[in-house]
Order: sequence, then C-alpha cells, then structure tokens
Amino acid sequence: MSEAAAKPIPEVTPEMAPFWAAAKERRLVVQRCAACGHLRFPARAVCSACWSREAEWAPVCGRGEVFSVVVMHQAADPAFAALAPYAVAVVALEEGVHLLSGIVDCGAHDVSIGMAVEVAFEPRGPELLLPVFRPVRPSGAAR
Amino acid sequence: MPSHPLRGAAAIVGLGITPQGKVYGNSAIGFAADAVRLALDDAGLGRDDVDGLLLNPGLTWNDMGMGSFQLQQALGLRDLTLTATMNLGGATAGAMIQHATQAIAAGLCRTVVCVFSDAPLKPPSPKTGKQSSGAAYQFSRGWEGAHGFFGVNAMYALIAKRHMHRYGTTQDDFGRIAVAQRAWANRNPAAQLHDRPLTLDDYQRSRWIVEPFHLFDCCLVSNGGLAVVVTAADRACDAAKPPVWILGMGQGHPGGDPAETLTSGAPLASRTALPMAGIEIADVDVLALYDCYTFTVLVTLEDYGFCAKGEGGPFVRERVTGPDGGLALNTGGGQLSSFYMWGLTPVSEAVIQLRGAGGARQVAKHDVALVSGNGGLLSTHSTLVLGREAA
Repeated sequence: MSEAAAKPIPEVTPEMAPFWAAAKERRLVVQRCAACGHLRFPARAVCSACWSREAEWAPVCGRGEVFSVVVMHQAADPAFAALAPYAVAVVALEEGVHLLSGIVDCGAHDVSIGMAVEVAFEPRGPELLLPVFRPVRPSGAAR
Repeated sequence: MPSHPLRGAAAIVGLGITPQGKVYGNSAIGFAADAVRLALDDAGLGRDDVDGLLLNPGLTWNDMGMGSFQLQQALGLRDLTLTATMNLGGATAGAMIQHATQAIAAGLCRTVVCVFSDAPLKPPSPKTGKQSSGAAYQFSRGWEGAHGFFGVNAMYALIAKRHMHRYGTTQDDFGRIAVAQRAWANRNPAAQLHDRPLTLDDYQRSRWIVEPFHLFDCCLVSNGGLAVVVTAADRACDAAKPPVWILGMGQGHPGGDPAETLTSGAPLASRTALPMAGIEIADVDVLALYDCYTFTVLVTLEDYGFCAKGEGGPFVRERVTGPDGGLALNTGGGQLSSFYMWGLTPVSEAVIQLRGAGGARQVAKHDVALVSGNGGLLSTHSTLVLGREAA
C-alpha cells in the first residue's frame, strides 16, 4: 500500500525497542511496573504510582473501547493530510491502560465513544508493524 | 480576620501592548523590548525604576537560553535584583505577577516588569501566498505522529469530545462562546478580528480544524509583545494611571489525565486566591478567562463555580456572555478574537476594564476582576483577583 508506506515511520528508541519487537510478531505489549504492576504506555523512566524504576513489558489482550475520538481535518504530515478527514482515538484497553491510535477499517465519522475495538497491525516502512485499532466485527472475523 | 500580607502589597501601574497579529519585521526579543518600553511609558516610569524583569517566552524564543537575561541586556537594564524566565504555558502571566508581588512584599525588589512576546507568523510566501506559522512537526517521529495525530488543537479536542459525551455539551455551546467573544471584539479596535462579525451560522459553516473544533473554536496566532509593570503599594499611589491592585492570587496544577477529570486547576487556584482577596465569586464584575479554545472557557466557568460541573453548556445557552448579556466575559474578544499573548491577554483586558479605559466595550460596573491562566492540557492554572481599590 503506497499510501501507508509514505506515512511517518516511528523512531525506534531504546526504551521502546521491546514494544516494536513484539509488534513485529503481532503482539501488543505495554510497560508494567515490576514493583507494583501499574501499566503504562508509552515507555516511561519511572512508575508514577510507586516511583520504581524497574519495569517489564507485559502482553495485553488487544481489545478495548474508544475512550475519546477526534476527526483530523488537517495534518502536518503530507501523507496524513491526503487522507483527511480521518479518526484518531484514545483506546481504553480492557486492562485499563490508554493508548492513542488511529482507527482503521471504519469511516472517520462512524467511530464513537464506547465502540468496541481490537488491535490490528499496519506495515510501516520495511521493518515495522504499527499497532492500530479497528472496530470489533460482530462475526469475530480472524485478523 | 486579618488581611493576607500579599493582598494589596503591589499594583499593576503600566500596560504595554505592541501592534498584534500579522505584524512582520520584528523578532520575539524586539517585540518584548517594545512592550516593556510601552508599559513603562504608560506607568510614567523609566528604565532606572526597574529592578525586576520576568519573561514568559513564546515559542519563537526557543533557541535563546536565559531569555530574561538576554532581554535585560537588549534593554540595557542594570542592577536588577529579581529576574526569571518562566514557563507554565498560559498560566505563566498570573504566576509572574504572583512571583513579582511576593518578591515586592518581601522587600526584595520594588518594580517588576512582566513580559510575553512571540513572533510565530511569517510573511506570506511569494510562491503560495499562504501564511506560515511554522507548524510544529516535531511529533512526526513519535507515536502520535505515526497515527496522524498532530498538535495541541487535537489534544484539546480529545478532552472536549469527552465533555460532550459525558455531559451532553453541544457544538452550539462552543459556538455561542465564539460568537459572544467576537461581538466583544467588534467593539475593540485593537482586536485582530475587530471588523469581522460572527453569527452562530458562520461558526457552524467555518471549516473544521479537528472535530469537534471548528476554526473559530481555536485561538488566534499573533506576533507581538505585551508587558505589565508591577510595583510596590507606596509607589503605585504616585503612578501616572490609576493603579490596578493585586488583591488575590493562587495556582493550581492538578496532575493526572484531564480527559478523565475534565477539570482545570481553577478549583485549587481559586481556593487560595478568593479568600486572599476577601471576595466570593459573585463579587466579580469583570471576567477574563483564559481561552485557548471555546471549550477552555466553558470548563473554566464550571471550575470557578459559575455553574455546576458539567453544566457549562446549559450555562452559556441561558446566560448571554456577549455585550448585551449579564456576564462581562472576555470583553476584549479574548484570544479567540483579539490577540494571542497567552496569559497576558486576559490580564491586559482586566487592567483596561478596571481603569475604565474600555471605550465602546467598557462595562458599567468594573470594581473587581477575576483573571485566569491555563497551560498545557488543563495542566497548569493561575488565578488573579484585581481591583480598583486597595482596601
């Protein structure tokens, strides 16, 4: 998909490298405090709940619901500007952690707060799979 | 109850506003210097009277470290006993004035100039004829940019959408705030959109920036500078213009996720500021609320208790906040319709109204003003209570 290839390729920082390695295997992980179990995303240096600096990456189920959503009509990036209008949401995962994500396989104006969504993986450049979210289909179609 | 030691310890005696908006050929530091000069002229003071300089640097100060020192050198100011470069976003103006007042009350200095300036707008390109505000591209390598999520507009839009979902706030509610403030701006010749009337239909037809925000939900972008002179009570009585007394001040920085709380730092900041000033919210004549977005005004009205939490929508539906209504709210047009000098925009309008210098937009009762500042994503907040009388 040439459009997708032109979208920005995220920088793989050392803190986020395990996340991208998991995504490449189509697994969604978030950071978990090794001391108190508090979940967070993206990677942070310290746990805001207990101040521990020890953390690990933990798998999450990849299902959740739309917590909030906006429809972007202008974008600093030319590839996204060409796609506008498109929806970007905050997804509340079943485990409680929130992730900002584009919503795919759905019209920009068909995304609503409370909508059930699940993770999908979008190729981004030659090396990366970017976790994004799409509506859960009633039939539970395989991803 | 004895009066708080900071109440009336200092006053704003000078206001300097440079030309605002699409003003080219000047830099951030140049606008700051112009604003300081204008403010001192307004106060009838000279550079030798200044012993404090506080700077809130706008975005285009980015490469200049120690900005307040750079400004001191540019202005040739000598022997300052207080200076700082401060940034709490839109809450900085209130925090600068608080910092100045505390230092003055403690005897550390006497006369402090607080200044903001920025120059993000570039002249139209000869090629495209388009204006550039040098849109922030810095997110594009990160997680947000990968998902096509860009800029502060979108971040606030996520919070506004939650408010609509949880409380039933409508698009028209946001629109009414934009329309009311524009009507005020139409009475303010210094406003960037002075000559541009706005109806609710115009608002609804204006282009989307990021839903649920139309163009007119978002503040302007301005080149310019703005400064105020804060001085000790004994000196304020000799100033060229009637002093605007600093009666109460407070800060509130709630932390957490504003998309969940839908609440600014106003409840926390006002808990300090209102008792210090010895007033209730009902005593306020002039409201100057920080308005990076229409939504911010709505939330701030709730958070100061003008209505219950979540009832900002019905409140602006029922209470007309424009010139013909009962609430003198953002009477210069605010940052939505006059100019975007961060927290000093509402400070400047409160000073103008308390002085009775509002011209066609002057409100009849103008003894006490409430000024709010808001920065980040409802992250930082400052409250000032200003008054015509010191006691």
